[in-house]
Amino acid sequence: MTRFQVLAAGPHVTLQDGGRRGMMRFGVPASGALDRKALALANLALGNPPGAAGIEVSVAGLTLTCLDGPVSVSLTGGGFIVEHAGRRLGGWRVLTLRAGEDLTIRRGPWGSWCYLAFAGGLKAPLWLGSAATHGPTGFGGGQIGAGQVLELANPRQMAERALTCPVWARPRSVLHAVAGPQDRYFATETLKTFFDSPFHVTDAWDRMGLRLRGPLVAPEGALSIPSQAILRGSVQVAGDGVATVLLSDHQTTGGYPKIATLLADDIDGLVQLRPRDALRFTAVTPEEAIALARQRAAAFAAFAARIVP
Amino acid sequence: MQPVFHPVADHAVLVEFADQIDPAAHAAVLRLDQALAAQPFAGFAEAIPAFVTLLVDFDPAETDHARVIHHLRGLLEVPVSARPAPVLHEVPVCYEPDFAPDLPDVARACGLTPEAVIAAHLAGRYEVAMYGFAPGYAYLSGVPEAIRLDRKPSPKRGVAAGSVIIAGPQCLVTTLTMPTGWWIIGHSPLKILTGETDHPFRFKVGDHIAFRRIRAEALP
Repeated sequence: MTRFQVLAAGPHVTLQDGGRRGMMRFGVPASGALDRKALALANLALGNPPGAAGIEVSVAGLTLTCLDGPVSVSLTGGGFIVEHAGRRLGGWRVLTLRAGEDLTIRRGPWGSWCYLAFAGGLKAPLWLGSAATHGPTGFGGGQIGAGQVLELANPRQMAERALTCPVWARPRSVLHAVAGPQDRYFATETLKTFFDSPFHVTDAWDRMGLRLRGPLVAPEGALSIPSQAILRGSVQVAGDGVATVLLSDHQTTGGYPKIATLLADDIDGLVQLRPRDALRFTAVTPEEAIALARQRAAAFAAFAARIVP
Repeated sequence: MQPVFHPVADHAVLVEFADQIDPAAHAAVLRLDQALAAQPFAGFAEAIPAFVTLLVDFDPAETDHARVIHHLRGLLEVPVSARPAPVLHEVPVCYEPDFAPDLPDVARACGLTPEAVIAAHLAGRYEVAMYGFAPGYAYLSGVPEAIRLDRKPSPKRGVAAGSVIIAGPQCLVTTLTMPTGWWIIGHSPLKILTGETDHPFRFKVGDHIAFRRIRAEALP
């Protein structure tokens, strides 16, 4: 057994995994890593299953001390700064920690979320079979706080190495979306404005959703519709015309019309933007969306096959 | 009842049976949900029933919108076998003043005595229409006309888990301490999030609910 103690953790640092799927019909969103591909790659780089539990680190940062070692960890996601044993490194690497060594992860040149995975199973409280933290309730693995001790069931050690950060794992400012499913509640001009205009990320964002600053895109007439399913990536518009993109901890249903829905893969890149960054939506047809999803899944699989030790 | 199929992003189809709340549309949602559970397609991920819509989520590596819509149309054409009799759950509620802060206001707004509000609430025939908002929040349709009120002008914070709340035709037993703009008319000790691994949620969508009055002494 190997243990880590948390020395400092900023807000929004949580345990996450590949998500709690199949429970939306009971009001439970998947939760899990905001940037799903990054957590999967951090795990794969250590030979873990892609959806294993790890820590999602916000720009507020995290410091751990290794109580027993040696054990390897990996870091992916945003370009954060990593301090370890007197070294100052970038993210995207596999490191080995020895007993008594500290690891500090803090905001770096780009990105909003960094993923820390552990070689060997991280023991985490499960809720409905998953360690993903559901933010609004704290159910699952939970918020990481100073003083907390994390345990690994089967610690392993492997060679230190730098990992390549693929282009598609960087922040993404052009996001593909399929119009609707309530596009009919928006005037043609409004839809054109939505897809033609720049928007900006605001400070009003958390794991539930990200409010955008940009042109108002108010629906016509129907300000509310019979409550129905919301997805990660739904772009919902309240009566004031402000667009919000729903993220991993979204409410499962709501009555605001959705002007568009982002492709699942683009959400990983959206969440690595920072407040005040610009973004824009590109309309694709459902057929183009499927083709893009398959093309990107193939690129991910090819890269993932090479990152495995 | 012929629905409209809306493709959603690269991984879902929204099946819409009506654009306003309507009992026939809701029954059609439940029928399709059940048929899909009995006959899922390759790549099916999950289905989320709501008042007049069923959202069907799928894996784009295995299928696409057109094939999913084709499968769903096929399910709609199959003659409907009678729905199995829905499970009836009895939900205990304490309506005593400490647990029913809004009961006097509801009574005043409806022109009834508090006892008559309680009697009306107990007489309602409720169905689990959908889950939403938060884990285990089961929307129960069937609040009698006599006690249907719009939600309060402003929400109250920190409303305890187990509160029995009403707004319009809906009733809910809350599972978490959360703000709500609905009217708090009682408290139930029944846990909808059961904490049991093989049966984590008390109700299924489509189940029937009857409320039973209990005294405060019966609360744990």
